[in-house]
Amino acid sequence: MTSTDIAALRARYPQHFAPDIKARALTTGVLACMIALYVASFVYFDVPWSRIGPGFRQLGWFIEEMFPPDPGGHLFTYLNALGETLAIAWLGTLLGAAFALPFGILAARNVIPSAWLRLPFKRFFDMIRGVDTLIWALIWINVVGLGPFAGVLAIAISDFGALGKLFAEIVESADRREPEGVRASGGGRLAEIRFGLLPQVLPVIAGQILYYIESNTRSATIIGVVGAGGIGLHLSEQIRVLEWKQVSFLILLILISVAVIDYISSRLRAAMAGRKAARN
Amino acid sequence: MSGAIVLLPDRQLEALKDAYRKAAFAKRLNTAVVVTVSLVLIALSAVQAEIDPHTFITKIGGFFSYFDRLMTLESGARVWTDPIEWFWSFKRNVRLIGETIVMAYVGTLTGAVVAFTLNFLASPNLTANSGIVFIARRGLEFCRTVPSVVFALMFVVAFGLGPLPGVLAIAIHTAGALGKQFFETTENIDMKPVEGLRSAGGSYTQTIRFAVVPQVLASFATFSLLRFEINVREATVLGFVGAGGIGQDLMESIRKFYYSDVSAILVLIIAVVMTIDISTQYLRRALLSEGRGR
Repeated sequence: MTSTDIAALRARYPQHFAPDIKARALTTGVLACMIALYVASFVYFDVPWSRIGPGFRQLGWFIEEMFPPDPGGHLFTYLNALGETLAIAWLGTLLGAAFALPFGILAARNVIPSAWLRLPFKRFFDMIRGVDTLIWALIWINVVGLGPFAGVLAIAISDFGALGKLFAEIVESADRREPEGVRASGGGRLAEIRFGLLPQVLPVIAGQILYYIESNTRSATIIGVVGAGGIGLHLSEQIRVLEWKQVSFLILLILISVAVIDYISSRLRAAMAGRKAARN
Repeated sequence: MSGAIVLLPDRQLEALKDAYRKAAFAKRLNTAVVVTVSLVLIALSAVQAEIDPHTFITKIGGFFSYFDRLMTLESGARVWTDPIEWFWSFKRNVRLIGETIVMAYVGTLTGAVVAFTLNFLASPNLTANSGIVFIARRGLEFCRTVPSVVFALMFVVAFGLGPLPGVLAIAIHTAGALGKQFFETTENIDMKPVEGLRSAGGSYTQTIRFAVVPQVLASFATFSLLRFEINVREATVLGFVGAGGIGQDLMESIRKFYYSDVSAILVLIIAVVMTIDISTQYLRRALLSEGRGR
């Protein structure tokens, strides 16, 4: 296609070559607003520009100091703390899921049709979800004292909010025909849920729980920063005393354990999905 | 139909029952194994996490009375009887919450731009060099796996207290998390427009601009909005380590047992998070329907 061809096409179909002014104005406007807000916030933050250069130099020095990673004679303590972190993630998720399951089912539209009974549950889940795990950890520390127990409860309660909402959505997307079949053959309301609904949703729910165990391993690594047990306590301490070799060792431990948990959980989830697919 | 229930001959029925029992047994065995393994792990974890059911039972009352105290002013009255006393530091808290939202905004935008740049390098259908793809992917994975609080702790040491370390920490984590979602989208695009542009002599950037971006932009924007919502929530706690936002005040109020202040800040946080949740949901729906309309 030569340029004369293009000129001929342009003459014949001007509407396809004309710029869409309205769309362009909208895009430019939105982009301009976003950039203006971005720049304005740097002014608002009163960023200490003079500190940025030295800050990055210092970061470079930290990274240099990090090699080679070295547990500094605390290997056993750190491994123990890592075990604590994994235990917090595992117990917290299971505890949260155990509480979320009945409430999630009750918040589902196809179980409780009345919006007046159902919506308070949903709003309640939203409120719990709005508060970060670390805030819950601080609150639990006030109640049960410092230590991993507070961490377990913090993970459990924020998972209760997240999983409750998720479970309700899973139950709502379940196939109506199976509970109807149970009802048609004379089953009661509970039998409908037990034999019509649960067998459909349990595999999906189990997959989600596994996924949450995986992501909570990550949350549990930092929950120690506020004193709720696990490896985070050591990590924040070593950063504060600038023991960068130990910091990098701890980060390495976290990366490895998260990768291992990721691997196990994705294998398990794939196996469950495969089994489900084969059954259908 | 009346009285037409056909009974299978017993021998035939026996075989069927036997098969059913075997199938049911295999399923139950499977369940039993899963339950046993979980229980063993629970027991081990309980020991490791120093769980003491006795403490829990004696102290669970404390959890509910804690919420009771959260709803009580210093004078002993309920918080809602005197909103002015309850929200006595309203102005300061609103300013701090605003700072938190702006931190999340700047962090998300910075991270999204980095993720946008790197995701094309991490997609094997656009970048032929598998070495570059590998490096880009591992880099994003590192940014995503190290928790942002850890980055924030390090940046506070390097840059001093204030919102800047928080913004940087959010940006790095966002780059990793969004980068993964972005390249998973880019990987699965329709390659025909790309081939068309390449065969018409388009350069790499032209190919990306006219063949890739129109396909992925709507989902990129959706992912970024979702990430913004997550980041607002996360920015509320970065203040715990001194990285700006409302977290610092919240932590102090919790640690010093200023109950009504804690609940005032929590109410603000929940209101803001819910508002952002609802408005991003609305925006995402609008984006998705527009993306589909094209």
